[in-house]
Amino acid sequence: MSKTLFNSGHTACAGCGQSMAARLVIDAAGPNTIVVNNTGCLEVFSTKYPESSWGIPWIHSLFENAAAVASGVESAIKYLGKADSINIIAQGGDGSTADIGLQALSGMLERGHNILYVCYDNEAYMNTGIQRSGLTPFDTNTTTSPIGKASIGNLRPKKPIPEIANAHGIPYVAIASAGFPQDLQRKVKKALAIKGPKYIQVHVPCPLGWRHETNMTMQVAKLAVETGLYPLVEYENGIISTRRQITPKPVEEYLKTQGRFKHLLKNPEEIKKIQDIADNNIRKYGLKVEAQA
Amino acid sequence: MKEFLEGSMAIAEVVKLCKPGVISAYPITPQTHIVEELAQIVANGDLNSQFVNVESEHSAASVVLGAVAAGVRAYTATSSQGLFYMAEVLYNIAGMRLPVIMTTAARAISAPINIWNDHQDVVSLRDSGWIQLHAEDIQEAVDLHVMAYKLGEDRSVMLPVMVCMDGFILTHGVETVNMPTQEEVDKFLPAYNPPYKLDVSNPMTLGPLVDPEYYTEARFALNQTHKEALDLIPKITADFAKVFGRHYNGLIEGYQLKDAERVIVAMGSVCGTIKEVVDELRKKGKKVGLLKITSLRPFPIAAIYEALKNVPKVAVIDRALSLGSFAPLSADIKAVFFGKLKKPKAISSFVVGLGGRDITKDSIKEIFRLMTGKEKQGEFIDLKPELLKESYE
Repeated sequence: MSKTLFNSGHTACAGCGQSMAARLVIDAAGPNTIVVNNTGCLEVFSTKYPESSWGIPWIHSLFENAAAVASGVESAIKYLGKADSINIIAQGGDGSTADIGLQALSGMLERGHNILYVCYDNEAYMNTGIQRSGLTPFDTNTTTSPIGKASIGNLRPKKPIPEIANAHGIPYVAIASAGFPQDLQRKVKKALAIKGPKYIQVHVPCPLGWRHETNMTMQVAKLAVETGLYPLVEYENGIISTRRQITPKPVEEYLKTQGRFKHLLKNPEEIKKIQDIADNNIRKYGLKVEAQA
Repeated sequence: MKEFLEGSMAIAEVVKLCKPGVISAYPITPQTHIVEELAQIVANGDLNSQFVNVESEHSAASVVLGAVAAGVRAYTATSSQGLFYMAEVLYNIAGMRLPVIMTTAARAISAPINIWNDHQDVVSLRDSGWIQLHAEDIQEAVDLHVMAYKLGEDRSVMLPVMVCMDGFILTHGVETVNMPTQEEVDKFLPAYNPPYKLDVSNPMTLGPLVDPEYYTEARFALNQTHKEALDLIPKITADFAKVFGRHYNGLIEGYQLKDAERVIVAMGSVCGTIKEVVDELRKKGKKVGLLKITSLRPFPIAAIYEALKNVPKVAVIDRALSLGSFAPLSADIKAVFFGKLKKPKAISSFVVGLGGRDITKDSIKEIFRLMTGKEKQGEFIDLKPELLKESYE
């Protein structure tokens, strides 16, 4: 039995935002927690047989079914009469959450299971080699939304999974970031104190896929928030209860840190479109510091 | 206690007696009556169980996977397309060594869409790692469920078990069934007590990444367990007989095999029809018999060899196809005798009863008639040649 809940020595890349966030999540949840993991980087780098990083009971079945497996675990725990003493977390990456696992997630949310679902959003299928997902941002250069004479990258903006989660009428939805560890842990603790289905989406930079320096993970994560591109919003019963307010920086400051956006830097028209996405977020969620007055 | 029951009602009742703590299912014809009845049993408070209505068969299989991993007995049921939609999860359940028990109401596969009975769905899943038991009638289906839990949950096995019963014919058919009592089931079936589970007081990692260094051995062990289960199944059926007074072999069942010169090999409800035909032909002095396969996986190679090695003419009935190759059960039966000195002179293969086309006594008689010394290969019985002439032109 291990001393900590998520041990070092795993095989994540240097500077991996997901490994940091996963540790913050499980440390906040504590030892009375069962984790159900989708297939993806986190599962691969933390459980290469015969070793495991996990100090809590942990199960992985398939790419898209963590929400459903967790539903079964939760039902079993309920049957055993232990529902009040054990946290259940289902977790996965953005592809397994927003794309292939969306149906299972929706089922879990709709059925009202007492489960926290955590989506580690590194904005593409990193485990298979940086293919675009439903959470890949607009204009991103990935291996399946490559730039070329006829393409400037990913065609569509991010799928609004937090809003889709909210539409299920669940008690708690939050957006967090690896760049704001205390905020993330507070949200995990808050979510676990609420009965019913909860959804937290955590922005986790991926140095390999985003092509930034491995010592820049925290800065890159923070810039996403500070530009308004990744608003840290918290909803209780569908209504915004907190939002991290910012003095917005231009999106270019975020874009220029990463190779996946390099092609945009000499294209003011496209930068304007991305600035519009940030500005829209700032307006929609009231992110600007002055807006509070 | 003898009751006159629809197959699905009988299955729901026997599942109740096995006390699964979690039941999860998604509706598909002809599985629906089973899960509707179980939902009612739970709603009436007659079974303490979490009934989880899911959004797909993929999730139904995933829910029971999670429940069993958490140390709780679970149950699901499906059919046809639903079974295929589960397929990814089913292989995973077997590989994770989780004894989920499932009823499959065997049904044809689309296209063309068809809700009636054949074996294409279940036979296609034969390589999934699930133990696969085929029932001839409702009584056997009921009894196989009780044995399935005991078998799958045995610590030397720890494998999922699929009880296959022919869609409509057995799920919606009505029979007099000798229903087990709760006392009998409790006496026979101990509470589920797995050697590994998700437990906060003893954290384990289940379902890790396994690289080429270890993967082969994990799959070897799975295959080995299947072989070993062949020895355990007859022991479990013997234990079952002691408590319930009904005798099964569990692997195969021979009917009028002694001195038989022509034997049909088959699975499922058609065996009842074949037995009637055998009785009729025996009265006329014909030396005919039946070999029923109960356990398709693990495949009882040695038992089949012993049963058929001295039979001159064998015909295998398939109610499924392996498109572009030998019909699946016939290929397995032929493989039993490959390279053997003692073997039937002819092992013919017949395809019959696809998509709910009735297999009548005449169909069976036709097969017996066609069992000459010359081997027939995948010959269709009751085919309508006139329909094959239809075209777009």
